[in-house]
Amino acid sequence: MAKNEKSKNISRRNFLGTGFLLGAGAITAGGVVLAAGNAIPEISGKKIKLLTQDGKIIEVDETAVLDAEQNLSEKEIRDGIPGRKFVMVVDLSKCKNVRKCISKCQEKHGLQPDQEFMKVLLMQDDKNSAPYWFPKPCYHCDQPACVKVCPVDATYKRHDGIVLIDNERCVGCKFCVAGCPYSARIFHWKEVELPIELANRKYSSETSVPAKKGTVSKCDFCPDQSRQGKLPHCVTACPMGVIYFGDMNEDTVTNGDETIRFTDIIRDRAGYRYLADLGTAPLVYYLPPVNRQFPFESGLESVTDEVKERYKNTEYMKSKKE
Amino acid sequence: MEYDSSKLMREFAPQIEKTSKSWYLVFATLLAFFLFGIFGLYTQITKGHVVTGMRDNVVWGVYIVNFIFFMGMSYAGALISGILYLFKSSWRGPVIRMAELITIISLFIGPVFILFCIGRLDRLYYLILFPRIQSPITWDVIAISTDLIGCIIFLYLSFIEDFAKLRDYKELQLPKWRKRLYKYLALGYQETPWQYKIISHTKNIMAAMVIAIAIIVYSVLAWIFGVTLQPGWHSTIFGPYFVIAAVYSGTGMLIVVMWIFRKVYKLEEYITEKHFVNVGVLLLILAAFFGYFTFSDYLTKWYGSIKMDKVLIDKLFTSEYYYMFIASNYLGVLVPIIVVGIKKFRTITNITIAGLITVVSLWFNRYLIVVPTLETPYFPIQDVRSEWLSYSVTWVEMSLILAGISVFCMLFMLASKFVPIISISEMEKHTGETRGLMRD
Ligand code: SF4
Ligand code: SF4
Repeated sequence: MAKNEKSKNISRRNFLGTGFLLGAGAITAGGVVLAAGNAIPEISGKKIKLLTQDGKIIEVDETAVLDAEQNLSEKEIRDGIPGRKFVMVVDLSKCKNVRKCISKCQEKHGLQPDQEFMKVLLMQDDKNSAPYWFPKPCYHCDQPACVKVCPVDATYKRHDGIVLIDNERCVGCKFCVAGCPYSARIFHWKEVELPIELANRKYSSETSVPAKKGTVSKCDFCPDQSRQGKLPHCVTACPMGVIYFGDMNEDTVTNGDETIRFTDIIRDRAGYRYLADLGTAPLVYYLPPVNRQFPFESGLESVTDEVKERYKNTEYMKSKKE
Repeated sequence: MEYDSSKLMREFAPQIEKTSKSWYLVFATLLAFFLFGIFGLYTQITKGHVVTGMRDNVVWGVYIVNFIFFMGMSYAGALISGILYLFKSSWRGPVIRMAELITIISLFIGPVFILFCIGRLDRLYYLILFPRIQSPITWDVIAISTDLIGCIIFLYLSFIEDFAKLRDYKELQLPKWRKRLYKYLALGYQETPWQYKIISHTKNIMAAMVIAIAIIVYSVLAWIFGVTLQPGWHSTIFGPYFVIAAVYSGTGMLIVVMWIFRKVYKLEEYITEKHFVNVGVLLLILAAFFGYFTFSDYLTKWYGSIKMDKVLIDKLFTSEYYYMFIASNYLGVLVPIIVVGIKKFRTITNITIAGLITVVSLWFNRYLIVVPTLETPYFPIQDVRSEWLSYSVTWVEMSLILAGISVFCMLFMLASKFVPIISISEMEKHTGETRGLMRD
């Protein structure tokens, strides 16, 4: 795949330099973070680069941007990060059900083991076709079925493509859960138990933390990370580099190790969106599980019995038993 | 038969004046169920919705089923009383009040069930504070509140004449405050020709409006499901299908209520086999319609067999929901048709049984619409916990269903102590109309 090689040439640093720091620059445009007067905690000594409003690259101490999301206004959160159009590409040929994306996401969002924003499903389109592992976050649809039905505007679509939930507005009618065709949403059925440092955080739709009993949550594409120029937790947690995240406006996506052109990879690898015929226009693309880097069965080796149990109703597991 | 109001008053006054021991006994039992439901609700509010059988896939359970069910019955009452009134059916007299009571009572109970399903009751007013008109729930809020107001006005109008009669009936043995209450509620109605004209006019207009509003309310309710993309719900037929199902279940309920009151208050003279047969024929027609809608909905899904539709249909037709499907969609359609359709089966008891079967099977019909679809999402549910895979009712939900049913009965019992269970003014008018006919 020559094209693929070529796209790798856009180095990661380059991408982060022009791209993701823009996000942080945009925060300065919003006039929120870099104010020296803000009580900045300890200076960590670690410098990071930022792009200012007038296009200069400056270095600041890391701690200056840490609490960015906590100072955003309601409107800034609802509008999204200016100039962005986030997109995710999942390379199914690389996934071997390591489930690190799930555990990292759960840890960062204070989820219980039975609550998953990201799921890894065992998929098999029919009994003659090959099984494959299928990571599934919220698709942040451009025509989101969930947003349409919300009676109180608690779930909304932002200009940067992300669909978020405001759990201080949500009345818990669960219509969005019933309406989402991709089973992306979870409901908090009981009092939420959180580690103390998460529980004490000020709530923000961008972090989905802390969750509240009687409201809904789902994968949020970690916009708080993007605001700091970082990648979503699932992307960085995956040791296989399955998940790519990036910006359609810049036409680049990265899994942390390699940065590639979004349009190229979609064209060359026949990228597609799952169940796109429902008209929801998802922002998550899949690269088909061809030329796999691991045999499918390896996905069952490292997982616990509890996880294996989950797949017991699939055609694949049933046929294996026979 | 001719009725005049003093005879009727004499006949019906005891129903209001005297309350038997067994009445209290039944009422106390129902109250106990109700309190049990309150306890269930308390558990649910303090512990959260985990105490129900609902989980992330099946997020709506029997609460929504009950919501649709009671709203459906209320609609039926409105439609039946509206139509009977508008078309001046000669036999409406003894049954119209019961239909009206079904309407108003279930209209109060239905929406309460949807509240049980809401995670944050403390934020309920957000629905009015931050409404989004795109959401079918907002349509529902608007439609149901309009319906509630419309029905209350319509029913109040049809009660005024009886309130006036109760006020004027001197021998009525009731405490002073009750009499004063009737006087107050009668709004100074004296049956002057002018007053009579106004009240009949308004009632005609309201009857027509209530029918229209009720169609809208019930369609909106159906669209909550219809507008989603879920297999089994995404159907264009749902609006009219729900409307028919609603009238159908309500008609069944009317028959059951007629039978109970006829027994309890010894109304054999007024509610005769003719009434049962007439309402029964209505039930038969609706059964045919309902069967037809059910058939065409499932036929198109089964014949086309889109992948997910097929999975759902298989669950309904051949596996998990096989018996429930037979009970609700075969028996619920065929029994009323056979019982009323074949002359020799057409007895009061049989028709009542058919009515009861209709009510129960329609409840299951709603269950089969709500739950299996939620258990059949596009993505496979891969989970170890069985309660996550399929839905089953818990004691909390059970307690609230029972509470709903007992409130329905209790309100009926209370209503029967407050107004004559047979509309006296309608009976009189009916006499007047037939007399008029005979003279012509
Ligand atoms: S995947 Fe579901 S929850 Fe996510 S945006 Fe689409 S419809 Fe909404
Ligand atoms: S559960 Fe919350 S976010 Fe979902 S539709 Fe209802 S109010 Fe909106």
